[in-house]
Amino acid sequence: MTPVRIAFLGLTDAAPLVVAREKGFAQSEGIALELLRDTSWATLRDRLVYGQVQAAHMLAPLAVAVTLGLSQQPCALSAPYKLNVNGNLLVMAPDFAAALEPDAAARLGDPTATGHDFANAIGLYRRKPIIGVVHRFSSHALILRYFLASAGVDPDRDVVLRVLPPSLMVEAMRAGEIDGFTAGEPWGSAAIEAGLAEAVAASERLWQRGVEKVLAFRTDWMEANAETVDALLRALAAAASWCDAPENRDELAALLSRPDHVGQPVDLIARALAGRVVARQGEAPVDLPDFLLFAREATPFPWRSQALWIYSQFVRWRMVDSSEDTQARAAAVFRPDVYRRALAQSDAPMPGASMKVEGALAEPLAIGAPKGAITLGPDRFFDGRAFDPDRIADYLAGFDVPR
Amino acid sequence: MPSPAASEYRCHVKLTHNPINGIHAASAKGNCVRIVIIDDSGARATVLEEGLRDAGYDDIHVVPPRGAFVARLERMAPDIVLMDLGNPSRDTLEEMLIVSRALAKPIAMFVDQSDDSMIGAAIDAGVSAYVVDGLRKERVKPIIDLAIRRFNAFARMQAERDEAVTQLADRKTIDRAKSILMNTRGLSEADAYALLRTTAMNQGKKMVDVAAALITASDLLGGTS
Repeated sequence: MTPVRIAFLGLTDAAPLVVAREKGFAQSEGIALELLRDTSWATLRDRLVYGQVQAAHMLAPLAVAVTLGLSQQPCALSAPYKLNVNGNLLVMAPDFAAALEPDAAARLGDPTATGHDFANAIGLYRRKPIIGVVHRFSSHALILRYFLASAGVDPDRDVVLRVLPPSLMVEAMRAGEIDGFTAGEPWGSAAIEAGLAEAVAASERLWQRGVEKVLAFRTDWMEANAETVDALLRALAAAASWCDAPENRDELAALLSRPDHVGQPVDLIARALAGRVVARQGEAPVDLPDFLLFAREATPFPWRSQALWIYSQFVRWRMVDSSEDTQARAAAVFRPDVYRRALAQSDAPMPGASMKVEGALAEPLAIGAPKGAITLGPDRFFDGRAFDPDRIADYLAGFDVPR
Repeated sequence: MPSPAASEYRCHVKLTHNPINGIHAASAKGNCVRIVIIDDSGARATVLEEGLRDAGYDDIHVVPPRGAFVARLERMAPDIVLMDLGNPSRDTLEEMLIVSRALAKPIAMFVDQSDDSMIGAAIDAGVSAYVVDGLRKERVKPIIDLAIRRFNAFARMQAERDEAVTQLADRKTIDRAKSILMNTRGLSEADAYALLRTTAMNQGKKMVDVAAALITASDLLGGTS
């Protein structure tokens, strides 16, 4: 058995890692998997960068930022596998949400209208709203900025974005330190269940197939341990299929609920898994069937175009200066070549291309693949824009609030 | 608490820039570095603070990571910030370090990458540190080393205490099981103990687990012990 240690945060989307360990998928690939739970992205990053763990459950934008050295010494990371897409909620305090569409399903279903209501609500609110985000370099923060800017709200001027770890969001709401937050589940649901917040947007409705957590390695370690990496990816692919199967949901929710995993009630965790989100305390759930995906539609495949979308947003919000070299290094963080090598002999769906135009599919599309056709799900951004990775400058020039 | 300006926190002997060799010359005492410890477990912060004071550092502040701690920290303008690696507020602190305009110099986790072994030791010990860019390594290293030693000592202390607590609880369980056996089967204390021990050995279990099972069974059967 090859020992592998992986750091994770207590979130529902750590499910494939938990299942790989607890349901024996890692073991049957010859991997003795040890999971190490952290409470901050900074500590998870440090453990990975300085070799205390071999891999980490990481925010995709953070993997790009660490590689580019945006907040510390650069360290080349690689993401050959996406652990999930979607899965986040934006929730706001009831007194703020009172100015939004009262029908929660309608509110979640029409982000364009909700964005404009949100912009108006800012003016009516008793202070500049303080919104918790889990990290500057998180998909949550990037898509929140995108959402706000679409309604003419400058996220650096009109609201305060405050960084807090997911596990402290609910307490910060209770203490009145923040007026809302965006985080991975089950933390949004936990705030809703406590009556502290209401759902305002679901990531699935902002970008239908939004990049979220990846399995990140140090590139040098990944290159030097190809066999272990391949075995681990096979174990995760099997675990992810198990996670997606509806008949396993109850068991999965119970596993995640354990104190050494997420440590939150089964019922809260089950909501995201089933795609049935309670938007306001005591109400019937809203159906969001694509709320959180682990395996279907080749979810784990690391499209390079998604790493480039992250890069485009870094440029947009002036977190990095645009340059060809930076762009190339950002794109290289996602490693479809390693995914293909690891899963070549498996029945995992295997796209033939490594890039696509993000946000171009309004309907599910069957695409040709080396091992027969696979179906890609609709991947639209709520505002209808498409991201062509070959035309990033044009894409960025099209936004009204480039700052 | 009123918030004095950064200059009021400053120790009086300042670092001065030496124009001849271009390096920071320290005061004669050499320890004039402002250190902020971010911690909400009083015990660990105390262990660390005592160690630093013994080593001659006297400009030390402990800030709990609650509420507007980032604003407080900004006003203090520390040279070094020390924090437990397990503290969930690290992301909040790092965000402040990125956006803060109040700090004249950016802060980095460590001065340069040649510090890899020190960083490794720090992470093993559960220490995270942020150092003002430009602060010389010779001045940083003893502080980090000391923090590592103190954190390790603190972890050992905790482990020993946990073990002592466990042992005490185990002994109480075994004593209770023994008295059940003595009452129900008329055994002597030594025989009751021996029976528990042989049963545990035969079943490949810990004695305390056998004792706990016996207590449960006895409770279920309505026995008193």
